[in-house]
Amino acid sequence: MTLAFPKNTHLTVNPGQFVGIYPNDQTALLPRPISVCRWDEKEDMIRLVYRIAGKGTREFSGAGWGDTFNVTGMLGNGYDLSEMAGKSVMIIGGGIGIPPLLELACRLKEKPGTRVTAVLGYRDSNMFLREEFENASYRVYIATEDGSAGTKGNVLDAVREQGIAGNTDIIAACGPMPMLRAIKCFAGEHGIKAFISLEEHMACGVGACLGCVVKTKNVDEHSHVHNARICTEGPVFDAADVDI
Amino acid sequence: MKPSMEINIAGVKFRNPVMTASGTFGSGMEYAEFVDLTKLGAVVTKGVASVPWAGNPVPRVAETYGGMLNAIGLQNPGIDVFCSRDLPFLEGFDTKVIVNVCGHTEEEYLEVVDRLADEKSVSMLEINVSCPNVKQGAIQFGQDPKCLAEITGKIKDRAKQPVIMKLTPNVTDISEMARAAEAGGADAISLINTITGMKIDVERQKFALANKTGGLSGPAIKPVAVRMVYQCAGAVRIPIIGMGGIATAEDALEFMLAGATGVAVGMMSFHDPETAVNVAAGIEDYLVRHNISDVNEIIGAVQV
Ligand SMILES: Cc1cc2nc3c(=O)[nH]c(=O)nc-3n(C[C@H](O)[C@H](O)[C@H](O)COP(=O)(O)OP(=O)(O)OC[C@H]3O[C@@H](n4cnc5c(N)ncnc54)[C@H](O)[C@@H]3O)c2cc1C
Ligand SMILES: Cc1cc2nc3c(=O)[nH]c(=O)nc-3n(C[C@H](O)[C@H](O)[C@H](O)COP(=O)(O)O)c2cc1C
Ligand code: FES
Repeated sequence: MTLAFPKNTHLTVNPGQFVGIYPNDQTALLPRPISVCRWDEKEDMIRLVYRIAGKGTREFSGAGWGDTFNVTGMLGNGYDLSEMAGKSVMIIGGGIGIPPLLELACRLKEKPGTRVTAVLGYRDSNMFLREEFENASYRVYIATEDGSAGTKGNVLDAVREQGIAGNTDIIAACGPMPMLRAIKCFAGEHGIKAFISLEEHMACGVGACLGCVVKTKNVDEHSHVHNARICTEGPVFDAADVDI
Repeated sequence: MKPSMEINIAGVKFRNPVMTASGTFGSGMEYAEFVDLTKLGAVVTKGVASVPWAGNPVPRVAETYGGMLNAIGLQNPGIDVFCSRDLPFLEGFDTKVIVNVCGHTEEEYLEVVDRLADEKSVSMLEINVSCPNVKQGAIQFGQDPKCLAEITGKIKDRAKQPVIMKLTPNVTDISEMARAAEAGGADAISLINTITGMKIDVERQKFALANKTGGLSGPAIKPVAVRMVYQCAGAVRIPIIGMGGIATAEDALEFMLAGATGVAVGMMSFHDPETAVNVAAGIEDYLVRHNISDVNEIIGAVQV
């Protein structure tokens, strides 16, 4: 889905940030957090790629050009581009965690000396966004659960099979929790810095309700307990800082 | 002529009757970018305890039909951080501040009350004796009239600001609790806190919340809340702050007609941060439309 914002909104998007979209169905009152897949700066438009998961996303999928939604955003921190510029970055996406990484790949492509390798994990040969990643990256590796393309297995199976961890400075990952846990572990073992994007059920999206927390290694600066708000301090965290 | 929107609760004057409900507006800081805080009657802050609380495991929130469940478990940074960070921020705005206080034990409540005694920017205290999501203590104060009267009395002995006791709807007879709070010396009561509920994800055959149960809020609970406010208004003389599912000025007016002096907007701030401000503007429009010069005229004015 593509969202066009009112004239002169002057969006600025950091890759990894998300919006909260409100269904028009007034029995569904909370915003749906969806990450920005691509940002068109000139036109003040963003593209969202999402899976139909329930009431809200079903409503969005039935919308056409001219329909309107209330949206809050940009929300969250996003990936730290300056930290990744000039480095060898491995982007790892699993399933519906793939779309939020496309903006990152495209933005890193503009940074001189940055080398992006993408490892994308799909269920089967329905490899959405693959071509767009190929245009934005130095190399793209594929893993499919059913083995219909690339490595049979998960993203880390592909990383191991291809032996591509060696020259990676930073990992940027988004995907299901078991994948992120495995990446946190893998990155720790290999001494690679990993930034992971987390998901949690949200109510406000702006840091007010404390609904969306993740356990942190150290006492969080805002909350003063071992909890950080994914919507505000995240959704992107240094994997070493969170207890997942 | 512009109608008067000012209300008075225990000697504290509020610009208009519309406040934020505790826990749904952070400390005001999180929404200050979206909402003009000076258009609110008051900012009611998230519950604060004597020391930081980590709260419950996630998932802590779940959407339900016309509402939501939450089991945050009163995560808060503790009174010291609150006083050094959140209060000074709110002092920068011309708005009244009501601090919501939580605790496990009597001593913990009193520690916070004492700590706030000299904070001039705090207009009132709201004592949460009604959180359904904290296992130990707390709610027993809100469900047993004797305990409620007792803790109210102890807090009143120490508090420098007027005290609002926040009541839980998870009781058989809310008017009995209202009378207990009044007997203990409360200056006002607020209601309702959330109604204990549960949601099960049938595909995964799991509870939607890690805590299994959570507090239901939102438009789905409004009729229950209006009924309870009406019952309490018939039972006590102290002012009532009504809340539970307020989304529009009409909703707020229902509460006021039922007997509430003030009203609070809770989870609908998540739906639209400007809800509370729009509710205030809508009440004023209503007064103009009905040729009423003072908002106080509609309090308890429902006809039988
Ligand atoms: C920071 C962030 C970024 C996200 N980015 C994307 C994305 O780019 N593409 C995509 O397909 N999905 C994304 N998700 C997941 C997406 O938010 C949910 O799939 C969506 O909210 C489901 O809404 P629904 O009304 O269709 O489902 P329902 O099950 O009807 O939703 C009920 C409630 O649960 C919440 N909810 C349900 N599933 C999730 C979930 N996985 N995470 C958080 N809340 C959930 C809904 O927001 C809603 O409040 C993201 C989630 C987060 C937290
Ligand atoms: C996420 C969330 C957090 C809450 N936290 C508190 C709290 O800290 N203290 C308290 O007294 N009430 C708390 N409440 C209850 C609300 O203040 C209010 O009484 C209740 O939600 C009903 O109003 P509503 O239907 O307008 O939301 C919380 C409610 C929600 C939804
Ligand atoms: S969703 Fe409310 S704090 Fe993150």
